[in-house]
Amino acid sequence: MNSAFIDFMRIRFLTMLAYRVNYYSGILIYTLNIGVYYFTWQAIYGSSGELGGFTAAQMTTYIAVSWMARAFYFNNLDREIAADIRDGSIAIQFIRPINYVMVKMMQGLGEGIFRFLLLMIPGMIIAILLFPVELPTAPSAWIGFLVMLFFSFLINSQINVITGLAAFFVENNEGMMRMKRVVVDLFSGLIIPISLYPGWMSAVMKVLPFQAITYLPGSVFTGRVEGTGIWNVLGIQVFWFAVLLLPMVLIWRKARKRLFVQGG
Amino acid sequence: MYYMGLIWEYLKNYMKTRLTYRADFWVEILSDLLFQATNLIFIFVVFRHTDNLGGWSESEVLFVYGYFMVPYGIFSCFINLWGFSERYIVKGEMDRILTRPAHNLFQILLENVDPPALVGSFIGLIIMIFSGAEIGLVLEWWHIPALIILALSSVMIYAGIYTTLTSLSFYSDAPTGILPLMYNIQGYGRYPVTIYNRAIQVLLTWIIPFAFVGIYPAALFLERSEMHRMALLTPVMGLVFGSVGLLLWNYGVKRYRGAGS
Repeated sequence: MNSAFIDFMRIRFLTMLAYRVNYYSGILIYTLNIGVYYFTWQAIYGSSGELGGFTAAQMTTYIAVSWMARAFYFNNLDREIAADIRDGSIAIQFIRPINYVMVKMMQGLGEGIFRFLLLMIPGMIIAILLFPVELPTAPSAWIGFLVMLFFSFLINSQINVITGLAAFFVENNEGMMRMKRVVVDLFSGLIIPISLYPGWMSAVMKVLPFQAITYLPGSVFTGRVEGTGIWNVLGIQVFWFAVLLLPMVLIWRKARKRLFVQGG
Repeated sequence: MYYMGLIWEYLKNYMKTRLTYRADFWVEILSDLLFQATNLIFIFVVFRHTDNLGGWSESEVLFVYGYFMVPYGIFSCFINLWGFSERYIVKGEMDRILTRPAHNLFQILLENVDPPALVGSFIGLIIMIFSGAEIGLVLEWWHIPALIILALSSVMIYAGIYTTLTSLSFYSDAPTGILPLMYNIQGYGRYPVTIYNRAIQVLLTWIIPFAFVGIYPAALFLERSEMHRMALLTPVMGLVFGSVGLLLWNYGVKRYRGAGS
């Protein structure tokens, strides 16, 4: 059983490897995004030394590491699931003695490992060469960040699976998937760190799961959160991971009862 | 005339398919608006921490964003080549298109029209009016014809860039990674390009000229004289990039061979 899951992961990794040319442009995309946000924030900082608890140097590091984290945790599980539901191939999954959601998560992980090795690491090296990124020196920051990165992946994939499974209920969930993408990019702190939002908005974002995807690991990596604080933010991630399991399982259970294949 | 009739038929068809998924139609409009809102939120949050961005005030940046939304809405409505390679080449639908008399690109664009995107253009106009009033801009006779010409030129630039990139799929099998790249970059043309370093400025002006879909044309209305020359260049850039896109496309179609599916 477990080896089957490992195989799903391995096969996805190998599939990605076969199409790796696409990822060279991916590195360019992410570097360019970092570049543009870097210059925009430079202009915003102007002469002021600190905004929302971030120094200009920390902001550069935060932008670089946030985009690179996204290069790792990003996946299209929502689209894959929605496509399976729409063309009816999900019916086959029902009769397999293996949990479909787990299969998808493992495939996502296979893709994640691929993205980590061929997109995030090379992209980060280029970003360090091009922009004044300050790498943390404390080993706890590195270990904490890597562990948190894994949870970013888990939480983001859970949200993707939930959005994808929504296709069971709304037939065509293209709009929902787009909305999810926007919400994740904005509320996770990728575009603006959460501490820079006005008080009430950051208060709202702090009770939502999205900050666990980008903002919290980014805070550890930039050294804004250190020492025992790392355990606290990791705790928030574990909490959201556990909480999100619930809707994922519930929707999957409910969905199986209302399969409605549209052609295929 | 023949083409006008086709547009009408395709729009009728569009409405029929969309009404099958009525709820999604509204969700899509909502998600488009939310996407625009994220950019506005970015501007609002940023200006809570600074009073200018490279010498441009909050109202000016908002105005530029309003302008940016107008051609962007028209572009997203009429020029949607997102899944081209997948749908037309891999699945072989291009064969069907090529057996018909109307120009192939025209048919493909019409099959993928997305009228809800136009809502964005209207909101862009509203943003322009409000932020323009805040700056104290007065409507002059040439504003409206200028807006129409500039917005259409901006649409041509988008069209040129995206048809060029999409026509690459006639030459190579999977260039899909490039489209998301453009998608990410196009938004940067709406910030004052002078804040970027020289390389990015040149990139956004001459190579993938997204500065001409936002900051340069908007500068004309804002009376930022330093960018006037660039603003007046917008129609030229539109013509150049639009023609290059169409030429490469036509040339690519000639090389097209069915995928055999």
